[in-house]
Amino acid sequence: MRPVIPYVAAALLFGLGVYGVLRRRNAVLVLMAVELMLNAVNLLLVTANAAPLATVSGPPAAAPAAPDAPAVDTAAAPPLTGQAFSLFVIVIAAAEVGVGLAIVLQLYRLRATIAVDDVPLDTHTPDTGPRAVVAAAPAAPARDGSASREPGPGERARGAER
Amino acid sequence: MTGTDALTLALGAVAVGAGALVVTTRHLVRAGLYLVVSLGAVAGLFLVLTAELVAWVQLLIYVGAVVVLLLFAVMLTRAPIGASDDLDRPGWPAALIGGGAGLGLAALLVDAYRWSTVELPEPGTAERLGAEVFGSWVLPFEVLSVLLLSALVGAVVVSVRIPGRRR
Repeated sequence: MRPVIPYVAAALLFGLGVYGVLRRRNAVLVLMAVELMLNAVNLLLVTANAAPLATVSGPPAAAPAAPDAPAVDTAAAPPLTGQAFSLFVIVIAAAEVGVGLAIVLQLYRLRATIAVDDVPLDTHTPDTGPRAVVAAAPAAPARDGSASREPGPGERARGAER
Repeated sequence: MTGTDALTLALGAVAVGAGALVVTTRHLVRAGLYLVVSLGAVAGLFLVLTAELVAWVQLLIYVGAVVVLLLFAVMLTRAPIGASDDLDRPGWPAALIGGGAGLGLAALLVDAYRWSTVELPEPGTAERLGAEVFGSWVLPFEVLSVLLLSALVGAVVVSVRIPGRRR
């Protein structure tokens, strides 16, 4: 088996994931690109488990395993560290995508859009409620249009502090 | 070039090609379906690389759960059905950074491994992988279970709270 083939596939998948994260505007598509990156790392771990750099032989295929004496019993049953780590990465990816999609859905409820570059990072809009946001869709005038609404729970808490 | 090499080459080409379609297609739902193809090809690569259990877990969790979750998110955010033009940013920096990362890593790995060959080890069956996880990696396993629980609770807490609703 030539390990360079899956290694290069993993590297290209990772590059595609980076490109997708930077290029896409839709938050769900950004999460899909993140999944591609995580999968590339999984492929890298599994390939490294099957073909670690220390055991790679040249084209003459003279495979000197490890010259040490205690390496004999590990060569009989090589450890599966890479596969175990790829299982861990799969679990972390599942947790990540669950929380990430919950955040994306909350963003959609709040702004009625999930384009990542429509999210204002420098202004804090207090809880205006879904009606106010939908009425004034481009999010910025929502604060002006919602002057007569009832104070949200956060604002009431802040007023109590004052 | 043995049969294993041909298999890894074909599956890798499918995975990379479907991945390229995921990040370039203009249909949101098709992006999710191409992601299924890409993840399935990676699962096939795992099988070829003797990681049996990881391949089945990949099929179960990624293809079965994560993609379904992503498609549900596509539906819940009222995505347009047909092709949409506003999915992308103008992306020369993205192409530069992504291509640089991918090709740089590929060049590094090609330089490290050249055209060498290795013997495939014994298959990583569930028994051996279970012995590895519960022998050497018990603490990370337990920490990951706590992480999964907290992610579950966190997802529920984040999505239950509707902004602006009075309690």
